[in-house]
Amino acid sequence: MSDTTNQLLDNLNALAAGLFLLTAFGIVAMRQARGCMNLFIVQSLLLAASAALLGLRHHSAHLYGVALVNLISKPIIVPWLLRRTASAEIYTRREIDQVLNIPTALLIALALAILSYFLGQPLLNSVAPEFRGPNVPIGIAGLLLGAFTLTVRREALPLLIGLLVMENGAFFTGIAISRNLPLLVELAIATDGLIIVFISGVLIRAVQKHVGTTAVGELASLKEAAAEPAAKEAGK
Amino acid sequence: MSVFIILLLPLIATALVCIPFKRHWASGVTAVSCVAVLILSARIALQVAAGDSVVSTLKMGLLKWIAVDGLSALILLLIAFVAATAAIYSVGYMAHENLTPWKLRLYYANYNLFIFSMLAIPVLAEPTLVWIVVELTTLCSALLVSFENTREALEAAWKYVVLSLMGAGMALFGFLVLFAAMQASGSDGVYTWKGLIAAAPLMPPVLLQTAFLLILIGLGTKVGLVPMHTWLPDAHSQAPSPVCALLSGIETSAILYVILRLFPVMQASPNSHAETWALVLGLISVGTAAFLLLQVRDYKRMFAFSTVEHMGIILAAVGLGASAAGYGAMQQIVSHCVTKSFCFFAAGAVLMTMGTREISAVRGLIRRSPAAGAALVFGGLAIAGAPPMAVFLSEFSILKAGLTQKQYVATGLLAIFIVIAFFGIMLHINRMVFGAPENQNNGTTEKNHIEPQPVEKFHVPFSCRLALILAAVPVFVLGVYIPKPLQDLLTQAAAALTR
Repeated sequence: MSDTTNQLLDNLNALAAGLFLLTAFGIVAMRQARGCMNLFIVQSLLLAASAALLGLRHHSAHLYGVALVNLISKPIIVPWLLRRTASAEIYTRREIDQVLNIPTALLIALALAILSYFLGQPLLNSVAPEFRGPNVPIGIAGLLLGAFTLTVRREALPLLIGLLVMENGAFFTGIAISRNLPLLVELAIATDGLIIVFISGVLIRAVQKHVGTTAVGELASLKEAAAEPAAKEAGK
Repeated sequence: MSVFIILLLPLIATALVCIPFKRHWASGVTAVSCVAVLILSARIALQVAAGDSVVSTLKMGLLKWIAVDGLSALILLLIAFVAATAAIYSVGYMAHENLTPWKLRLYYANYNLFIFSMLAIPVLAEPTLVWIVVELTTLCSALLVSFENTREALEAAWKYVVLSLMGAGMALFGFLVLFAAMQASGSDGVYTWKGLIAAAPLMPPVLLQTAFLLILIGLGTKVGLVPMHTWLPDAHSQAPSPVCALLSGIETSAILYVILRLFPVMQASPNSHAETWALVLGLISVGTAAFLLLQVRDYKRMFAFSTVEHMGIILAAVGLGASAAGYGAMQQIVSHCVTKSFCFFAAGAVLMTMGTREISAVRGLIRRSPAAGAALVFGGLAIAGAPPMAVFLSEFSILKAGLTQKQYVATGLLAIFIVIAFFGIMLHINRMVFGAPENQNNGTTEKNHIEPQPVEKFHVPFSCRLALILAAVPVFVLGVYIPKPLQDLLTQAAAALTR
């Protein structure tokens, strides 16, 4: 392929990477559960797009496979599975009070994104030039922002999405630096992601049924020091 | 081939227990399949101990990544042992719970899937596949943790899932970086534990270290190493007791095994500090757990904290770095598995007798149920490391190895923490078993609900007593005598920790 096409593909990939980061920020800040889900779907599409672009750029049929697997599993099966297991009600949830307010959360997220560039630099220096690109730092940022989402959210669905964002982030780097991973393994990882969604969905439904809330972050009766009231209840 | 059957049996059992049939169908099938797995695993372990290597002859699909060496055979044997005793224990324990047939089938289906996912950890040699089965252990056991569907159980299960999967996300990143390191080394070997060790000297140290730290922290979450341990006491106390035995007794060690696999790889890279990381993280875990053990209020949580302590001891022993310490670490894995599963069986018997998990509500247990009381004392002594038992022997050999390595500070700290933990555990157990029943204290506390019938005897179900006896045998025997094949296996496993 000519240099200009390669240049174009690289630029498109950089665009996908930038948007990927943006969706991760959105998931940190979005109040509506449904909005989080939509952003996650967009993010997964961007992951698939990046895989396809890199596949085109490096002539790797294997990356097309990754793109296809991601295209089918995350944007289509995940939302469907969640609706089946956890009931559609969780989509209507709105998180009024997050642990941090949104501007603070976004500032910390920004710091994390900058940190991920520093973390990614030594990694980039030690891989072959063809593996370099925006995918490594952005993937790390996705991982960190996903973990951050897990710490600031209380509603079940955004928490679950935080987990999936972490996995997306790991993959976003993975498609750049370890692109010859056997396709079988990729398929297994994708299936695994679906099992995560299934099990979490079942758990969310159980929490909703037996505890009557989906703000799982507020479940905090199991502790060492202040266990008295909860333990009494359990003992009765 | 028999490895293949070992993996297949739990899956067949899963399918079979889903068939609605007689009352004891599901429990029977599970117990039979687990015992069969134990026999096959013992055969493989003997084979490996005698020096044969077991690799898959089938070169297709996932099967080509099956390989068993000394370390894997040891872990496989332990998983099979705990799975078999816990399956026998489940028969009586679950019958005692008075569940609907549907719920019972759900339990056993999940149980078998969980066993499958754990058995797959040691026999697979491809790191990313191992990551997947590690993730599967979380997912298959999540519904077992939340099985009782109480507020606490659901909270524990949710924390367990979220934190473990968060760790798994990091570990996935680590494994992908490890794969990149393998590619960057220019080696054309296969991405397996063996291939990694071969390619390690040529890997860029930065990639290797990044991968190691990510995997240590990511999977360390699931092992329950201290800054990431917060979910462990919850999950390990809220699940039904046989599941606790599996989670605490073997799952944590099986995940630790994956981390241990990276040590020989790391040793190839100059100043990798893998041992230092292990030592520091291990000591922090032991220390924190020792002090938390003093203030627990729930006896199942007590045993869960003791698991954190033991994982710390194993990791610290590996961090001490000598081959003698490696042998001690392997010995500690064995003694932890057999002892901790016994302890949770004992805790389950206490729970059946008293109906509460609170330490302060259990007094004079020896009078209510001599079997449960005796088991609890035996388990407590064994897990705390009293002399003639397995844990004592392994902790002793770790400390001895530490002293010969001239790591006086680390060994001293380890010894102090172990002693604190010993007193923490024995203090609680002594009160529970021999303490005067509440009604003689004349209602100074609020736990009036167990007062009226202090002498009414409770009989622990037969299958539970059987499982307790079976689990007690190695706890005691391994403290005084280690059979030759097991010794060979331990030596081989310890050798797998170094290049």
